[in-house]
Amino acid sequence: MSGSIAPAGPKGEDLAGEAAASRSQQLVDFVFRVRELGIVAVLVVFAAVTTAIEPRFLNDQNIKFILSDTTIYALLAVGETMVVISRNVDLSVGSVLGLSAYLSAHMFSQFHDLPIFVVFLAGLAIGLACGAFNGAIVALARVPSLVVTLATLYIIRGLDVVIVGGNMVVASTLPNSFIGITTASIVGVPVLFLIIAAFVVGAAYYLRSFRSGRELYAIGSNPDAARLAGIPTGRRVFTAFVVSGGIAGLAGVLWAATYGTIDSTAGTGYELQVVAGVVVGGVAIFGGSGTVVGAAIGALLLQTITTALNVLGISAFWEQAIAGALLLLAIALDRGITVRLTAALRKRNLRYGT
Amino acid sequence: MEPELLSIAPAVEPVTVAPPDQGAAGQGTTPAPPAPSERGRRGGSGYGNLARWESGLVVALIATVVMAVSLSTHFMTRANILNLGLTNGEVAIMALPMMLIIIAGEIDLSIQSTLALSSSLIGYLWAHGWAMPVIIVTVLVLGTLLGAFNGVLVTRLGLPSLAVTIGTLTLYAGIAEIILGSNIISNFPAGYTTIGVNPFPHTDLSYSAVIFILLAIVFGFVLHFTPFGRAIFAIGANKEAALYAGIRVKRIKTVLFAISGLIGALAGILLTFELSTAESNNGSGFVLSVVAIVLLGGVSIFGGKGSLIGVVLAVLVFAGLQNALLLTNFPESASGTIPGGLLLVAVLVPYMGELLRRGRRALARRLATGSQEGGR
Repeated sequence: MSGSIAPAGPKGEDLAGEAAASRSQQLVDFVFRVRELGIVAVLVVFAAVTTAIEPRFLNDQNIKFILSDTTIYALLAVGETMVVISRNVDLSVGSVLGLSAYLSAHMFSQFHDLPIFVVFLAGLAIGLACGAFNGAIVALARVPSLVVTLATLYIIRGLDVVIVGGNMVVASTLPNSFIGITTASIVGVPVLFLIIAAFVVGAAYYLRSFRSGRELYAIGSNPDAARLAGIPTGRRVFTAFVVSGGIAGLAGVLWAATYGTIDSTAGTGYELQVVAGVVVGGVAIFGGSGTVVGAAIGALLLQTITTALNVLGISAFWEQAIAGALLLLAIALDRGITVRLTAALRKRNLRYGT
Repeated sequence: MEPELLSIAPAVEPVTVAPPDQGAAGQGTTPAPPAPSERGRRGGSGYGNLARWESGLVVALIATVVMAVSLSTHFMTRANILNLGLTNGEVAIMALPMMLIIIAGEIDLSIQSTLALSSSLIGYLWAHGWAMPVIIVTVLVLGTLLGAFNGVLVTRLGLPSLAVTIGTLTLYAGIAEIILGSNIISNFPAGYTTIGVNPFPHTDLSYSAVIFILLAIVFGFVLHFTPFGRAIFAIGANKEAALYAGIRVKRIKTVLFAISGLIGALAGILLTFELSTAESNNGSGFVLSVVAIVLLGGVSIFGGKGSLIGVVLAVLVFAGLQNALLLTNFPESASGTIPGGLLLVAVLVPYMGELLRRGRRALARRLATGSQEGGR
């Protein structure tokens, strides 16, 4: 940053500035790597302790169960991360997922030999439409996204209830090839998990290395500064919501394939789980920092906890409280890191005179 | 650092006067307050926008009632008036502390879980043979503590209330589930559960509706006629300016969150007795209605603006609309669309005004530059 301002100054000063900048950059990188490693460490410790108490925990069956359960949350976490990084939040994902799950599965009962990709396209389209609606209101009207998506959470769910009524799609009406998507596996690893993992890595690369991806971070760090720097903030935020909606639409189709039985309550309450996973995974709720890989690991951690409680014979009723406590912990931790980091960077900048 | 901020404070002051009411609120907190009548007058002129919003709400209320009466002959019956209070009393009561918190520039999403936790605790303690008055006091104290916990996290750790209360929304609901699991406790004494069947003596209103009216008077008085209320406006309008005006921002915010917890617990007690059921998911989904009502009432989500009258009108519009649609056999599970839709309307209508103003300003600017260029 300072390097780009310095050119006017003498060469020596410029170099010093650049060195200081790169050192601060290293510090920032280090802290965030630690932040992500921290979640991995928690995950490992948690799995180790659970396995020590109950050796059955880490068997093939459970691992497969955890991985396939994580896929939908991890997928949703990618979209949510993009939104949260831009200092927004999308609470409508659970409702979008529900609507898309029912409508896409319902298509099979109308047209039995529909190609599966058409159903995915339909789910995607539904999600994109919902996301565009959210994004347009947030970006154009500059209304806080929390309020907008809290409203659309209920409106889209209401739409779902009106469309579905008391109906239900059951697994027997769905083609086996469709249900098979979620059960296929290569050497014990669900294929779907591999696809989602590749998707997460791709999204991470996009956010890390593409201009529009970096701009999301800039917007989240300081919206006004981003606007002054010429970033089309409205368009970027709109895109983030569209992507989040589209992903929720795709996740809905996967949900239908995974669970087979879809009524109007599909995906209820997913939004909080997803936000919890994202925040636990080190994406700052204030925007501007975090990665999709972290968010996906956060989703994995929450799912592991759920399974572990189950295996340990602890009532599933503890699940929500633990998720809530982790969420608070993650928020407090992020705050602590930010404060420390800001102080450290300021000290460095003072020392090197930039 | 400090002098820099100090120098910012006066620079910010004129900006804060631009929105209607907080200028008056901010000045009211200076050590030498102007004469009450003068302050009132100044406040009155500043309330112009809000008054317009409230007139709109009155029109909406009349339209709702006319629609409801024409849709169903049951709307104006005594039984339905009681029913209106029973179904909306708790949401209405919770809207009052939410109003204060949003005006102060924060939000408390956890209030619905405070309600659920209170309800679960009542059931649990009752099942364990505690005396009901003791239970009620315990639950109210616990609610206050839950609220204060939010407040401490927000003010002492400097965390955003939105994130904190999403966390405690999940945490408190989780604790409610731990306490009661999937059990349902319903053998409460008839002396308490009568509030779910009978109206308040000598009225057609439910107990919860009467309590709402009493609380609304208290909250309205505190918000509009006390230094504490003016401090809330000042904090919401500009936190730094409020701080430098000598307002104890952190303490007031903590108190507001504690009040929110207390009222959440009260709503939990009322709902539990009305339904004669303690359940861990009592009141789930209420928070949307509460936030929708407060924003519909003209309270700005950015803080610093709002009035009790607006919120009370919004409560009536909301309750009327909800009730009217249910009378016409609207699917009950889709009834969340009403607060959802109202919330969107509440946030989009001010934007329409803003859009219009922006457009007019842009047009004026273009005309001005046009004439300038023409002059050259």
